[in-house]
Amino acid sequence: MSFQIEQSPTTGDEVITNYTINFGPQHPAAHGVLRMVMELDGEIIERIDPHIGLLHRGTEKLIEHKTYLQALPYFDRLDYCSPLAMEYSYVLAIEKLLNIEVPLRAQYLRVLFAELTRICNHMLNIGAHVMDVGAMTPNLWLFEIREDCLNFFERASGARMHSAWFRPGGVHQDVPLKLLTDIGDWLDSRLPELFDDAMSLVIDNRIFKQRNVDIAVVSKDDAIAWGFSGPMIRGAGVPWDIRKSQPYDVYDRMDFEVPVGTNSDCYDRMMVRVEEVRQSARIIKQCLAEMPDGPVSSEDRKVVPPKRGEMKQSMEALIHHFKLYTEGFHVPAGEVYVATESPKGEFGVYLVSDGSNKPYRCKIRPTAFSHLQAMDMMCKGHMLPDATAILGAIDAVFGECDR
Amino acid sequence: MAVVHSAPKISPFDGEHDALVAALGDMVIASKEAHGEIVITVQRDRIEDALRLLRDDHAYQQLVEIAGVDYPQRAERFEVVYMLLSLTRNLRIMIKVNAAENTPVQSVTTLWPVADWLEREVFDMYGVIFAGHPDLRRILTDYGFEGHPFRKDFPLTGHVELRYSEEDKRVVYEPVKLAQDLRQFDFMSPWEGAEYVLPGDEKADEANAGEGGE
Repeated sequence: MSFQIEQSPTTGDEVITNYTINFGPQHPAAHGVLRMVMELDGEIIERIDPHIGLLHRGTEKLIEHKTYLQALPYFDRLDYCSPLAMEYSYVLAIEKLLNIEVPLRAQYLRVLFAELTRICNHMLNIGAHVMDVGAMTPNLWLFEIREDCLNFFERASGARMHSAWFRPGGVHQDVPLKLLTDIGDWLDSRLPELFDDAMSLVIDNRIFKQRNVDIAVVSKDDAIAWGFSGPMIRGAGVPWDIRKSQPYDVYDRMDFEVPVGTNSDCYDRMMVRVEEVRQSARIIKQCLAEMPDGPVSSEDRKVVPPKRGEMKQSMEALIHHFKLYTEGFHVPAGEVYVATESPKGEFGVYLVSDGSNKPYRCKIRPTAFSHLQAMDMMCKGHMLPDATAILGAIDAVFGECDR
Repeated sequence: MAVVHSAPKISPFDGEHDALVAALGDMVIASKEAHGEIVITVQRDRIEDALRLLRDDHAYQQLVEIAGVDYPQRAERFEVVYMLLSLTRNLRIMIKVNAAENTPVQSVTTLWPVADWLEREVFDMYGVIFAGHPDLRRILTDYGFEGHPFRKDFPLTGHVELRYSEEDKRVVYEPVKLAQDLRQFDFMSPWEGAEYVLPGDEKADEANAGEGGE
């Protein structure tokens, strides 16, 4: 791959060649298993060829062999940094095919926990990004917040990460009242305290700015043509947020702002995420204030299994329970593409049903796939250490990218 | 049927389906509007023109995703589905082409750079060839992988497994050996889906079929 520059400009006798290095697959700044073949001219990046797929598990194929409900936990394992946001697209796709109504309390709960997931995800990304460019402390502080979020997930679903809590027709179980009050207290005390402290170390930090401002500037047109979404497209100044423009569940009742960048560099992408955390906190507060009482999943017993107590009393409920946990429910034939605003961007599910109890095809549209593809375009002409900053601002997670 | 689900609400499609079908003209093979989605199947060799028209004249600026689907019973067994998004008009549509193993589909990398990896993925998983693609390599599967794993006739377990061999001091590939058979449950209701034949009753259908034939 290397070509020769005829003459060195300084001495005129030695010959400098481009050389190729491997970045990853095991590299702390690669955020997982990414291998990038880089062609360097000194320390300037000439070309990058990202090799992905090292974490490919054939999720989509596995889903074709499971019932709709059995396939749900696979989504937690896609983007393992924001598991509930992954389930969201899938349950909405099933609900769209079934055309089933979700009770209002369940819609509020899903929005609340999706936003909590967003905070949780951004804590990891901002922390990791900051650490990639040289700061240690903010990451440790932000992990405190992430730990709190994971504890909330555990109290709602029993699992810290792989919750499988969103279900077609609602959520699996109601949350205890104490959890909601604790989240409310946490939003007023620990979150702003820790987050503002950590951000005060980063936002105006000279070193952080030197490493991020004017790095990987992407024009609006490029961002659209390269299929950017989420903070990447908003960082480029396109005010596109699926929660706003194509609202699902009760997002149309929420009052929140969509932050956009002005310079479209890594610093803007980071700052969009910082502001999103504050907006998510706003949404959660509204959810807590407005959430009505009532059922947390649809009463349609052909889709949602009955509660255990009911099952002990009613023969009908027992039959439904048995049928739903063996055969599962049938979804009308058809195809839908449902995309939601996951913390990393547009996460879509293209679901094809043939009318049976298993998906005929479930194509997952990952966010990192199109962003990583643009690595070559974004890195060209930058220095080698900038690649880590650019990669950090992409917020790639390979469980999701490779599926 | 009234919409009661709470999936993302895109702008209403008032007349959009008919307008697009009229604009695409003779490129259209089939089209439908179902489950709140517009799906248009176009001719395989006109896909680039169709998508260019939609991008430039109908403001579908973004190519979000390309999905492959396998229908082994069809003559042209693969479907390639292009999801388009209009950021300005807030609409989503799906454009499809049909393809077989030996009929290449025009590449749309000329229209969107993002199509590069998306087409590589469809090629990797299904073996659909994209004519004019600059670099049609495998993307998600292992280096040196053989076959196209998402085809319906590719077994779920795959054909090879790998392990670290202490004797060879390297990772070796071997044919898959299952300690127990892969369990395939048939949960379909006996009165809805599956066709069970009562023992000793195998000839009943033949007799019926024979009578019907006469």
